[in-house]
Amino acid sequence: MTRTRVLIAVAVATLVVIAAAALVPVARAADPIKLGFGMALTGGLSANGKPALLAVEIWKDDVNKKGGLLGRPVQLVYYDDQTNPSTVPGIYTKLLDVDKVDLIISGYGTNLIAPLMPIAMERKLTLMGMFGLANNEKYQYPNYFQIQPAGPDPQTSTAIGFFELAAKQNPKPQTVAIVGADAEYPQNALVGARELIKRYGFKTVYDKTYPPSTVDYTPIVRAIKATNPDIVFVASYPPDSVGMLRAAHEVGLQPKIFGGGMVGLMFTTVMTSMGSLLNGVVNYDFWAPEPPFLAIAGVKDFLKEYQARAEKAGVDPLGYYLPPYSYALVQVLGQAVEATKGLDQQKIADYIRANEFNTIVGKVKFGKNGEWAKGRTLMVQYQKISGNSIDQFRGPGKKVVLYPDEFKSGNIIYPYAAALK
Amino acid sequence: MFSWDLLANAVVAGVLLGGFYAAVSLGIGLIFGLLDIANIAQPAFLILGAYAAYVMNSAYGLDPILAGIAFTPVFYLLGAVVYRVYYGSFERRGQESLRGLVFFFGILFIIEVSLSRKFGVDYRLVQAGYIGKSIDLGGIGISFRYLVPCLVGVAMTLALYLFLARTFYGRAIMAVSQDQAALRLMGADPIRIKTIAFGIGIAAASLAGALLIMIAPVIPSTDRDYIGRMFAITVLGGMGSIGGTLVAAVILGVVESIMATFFGPSWSLAVSFGILLAALAVRPSGLFGR
Repeated sequence: MTRTRVLIAVAVATLVVIAAAALVPVARAADPIKLGFGMALTGGLSANGKPALLAVEIWKDDVNKKGGLLGRPVQLVYYDDQTNPSTVPGIYTKLLDVDKVDLIISGYGTNLIAPLMPIAMERKLTLMGMFGLANNEKYQYPNYFQIQPAGPDPQTSTAIGFFELAAKQNPKPQTVAIVGADAEYPQNALVGARELIKRYGFKTVYDKTYPPSTVDYTPIVRAIKATNPDIVFVASYPPDSVGMLRAAHEVGLQPKIFGGGMVGLMFTTVMTSMGSLLNGVVNYDFWAPEPPFLAIAGVKDFLKEYQARAEKAGVDPLGYYLPPYSYALVQVLGQAVEATKGLDQQKIADYIRANEFNTIVGKVKFGKNGEWAKGRTLMVQYQKISGNSIDQFRGPGKKVVLYPDEFKSGNIIYPYAAALK
Repeated sequence: MFSWDLLANAVVAGVLLGGFYAAVSLGIGLIFGLLDIANIAQPAFLILGAYAAYVMNSAYGLDPILAGIAFTPVFYLLGAVVYRVYYGSFERRGQESLRGLVFFFGILFIIEVSLSRKFGVDYRLVQAGYIGKSIDLGGIGISFRYLVPCLVGVAMTLALYLFLARTFYGRAIMAVSQDQAALRLMGADPIRIKTIAFGIGIAAASLAGALLIMIAPVIPSTDRDYIGRMFAITVLGGMGSIGGTLVAAVILGVVESIMATFFGPSWSLAVSFGILLAALAVRPSGLFGR
């Protein structure tokens, strides 16, 4: 054999070995477990998508500091879905077929979860949903689990605490005005509100919707005021929440209870800008820096880390709305992977379905359609806010939890006008 | 539910809203209406103006309107540069129609993403003593948050109208929109005139953006809510008519307000644009079009 032939033989043998190694998908200890997702990093929902990403990154870092999952480091693979549902199928196809991710979670929000459901079902994947409202109602896919604590009846979850509180007041309010944006979440919330109005025997005096691009809300608020309602329930997105609240003060709308489903009031920049205008508003929420929540193990450490990184990431500086739940979502997934000692999608889903999880938002148990077995949408009331300082919102007393009873941290100031003084 | 009180309030609120719409649409009235340049990026400059006001307000406590005025020279220069690039790359080569549109789309996205990278995606608002206050004049409530932008909008319209009618450069801008070759024969450089006009159009966005952030919270993608309204007002008013822009803006404002008060706010935009279509069917050149 000539020297050239020897070299060729060695080269061919090396290539064969390399090719063979590539064909055998053996996970080595150092191979990362890839967690893939699309996320709204630009576009309309990015104000929540970016903080959600930061929370997932913090979880990844926490897990990796402790040695990873199954002894392997966790790696995130994510793409910007631009808050555009049409990008979702392409993103997840790439994640699964090209990036070969081991696990997936959804991006933020109902509209971005909807196009992901058929993909997860077709490939029999475990899908963790991040703040989707009733996404699984039609599909009833058993391997879908959703972290927003809406509970088994998502449609009434936003409003139930609001109307239950209203019904308990003495004298009981009688008339209701409901108003919301022409968009998916507000419409769902209004459907739930109508059902609850019937259930509690209130009388509807105003029931209208408005386009999300509305600029001036004073004509709407004036029309509501003309019907003289005892209760005003608003289902809105952040710009309209601010518009409605400002207009209510400018027009002098003072029902006995005001608020309900106003997204955005809990965002730090909105809270600090609105300041005392928030006083008295009773609104849904998921988390508040009140004693029952701060007592849950791990949440203080998480918030400390989140707040340290928030400015650089250009996201909500306090992170009291979505981030603890985003972290909890991947905590559940991580705990299920560890418990099943593998990445078998069916085993992971079976485990999540059957067990209760300890997370930084408390104990999480999933029930019908992958929603929380028991709903925990809070009703909070903004109280005693003065000025625009951010520090007043860090601790208890400004966003008092009124509902549900097991998380209650204070009493309602009733009627609304009394809280404005 | 009808009452004269509600109607009067709706009309006043609509007029105030219209004044603000006029401020927002003036830039596009000049650039699209007079120069015939489909500057799709104008709403992005508007949001850039809103962020400039936000920065000056949150960092130095500067009144948003003063901040908006302070930034007009910067925006003017920015506009001049953008026009020169547009002219050199597209207009001079006769490729302004489709490729020029893509150019402005590109600028819109670049501004939006740059703002998103720099400021994040939190909603931003400004503080000023008059925001949130209102007065009651015989049962008619007037919010300062809308009154101030309306007055500024009317003042901007008047200033631009006088500039175009009474000054050499103003008349040259009117001339360039009618006959570029004739203007050249008169010894004026049409490209320079168009650069000035484009710069003024973008400078108007600085002030209008400051008004916008006084009224509503802003994120980088807020610009998308305004594209339709800005072009609709310009077209309804009549291409190139600055006074027409104000009238069209007030019409849209009042219609939106009355619809929101009496017939359900979800119809307000549909009816506004319905009026636009009807008006164009009767007068294709707009209410005050030449």
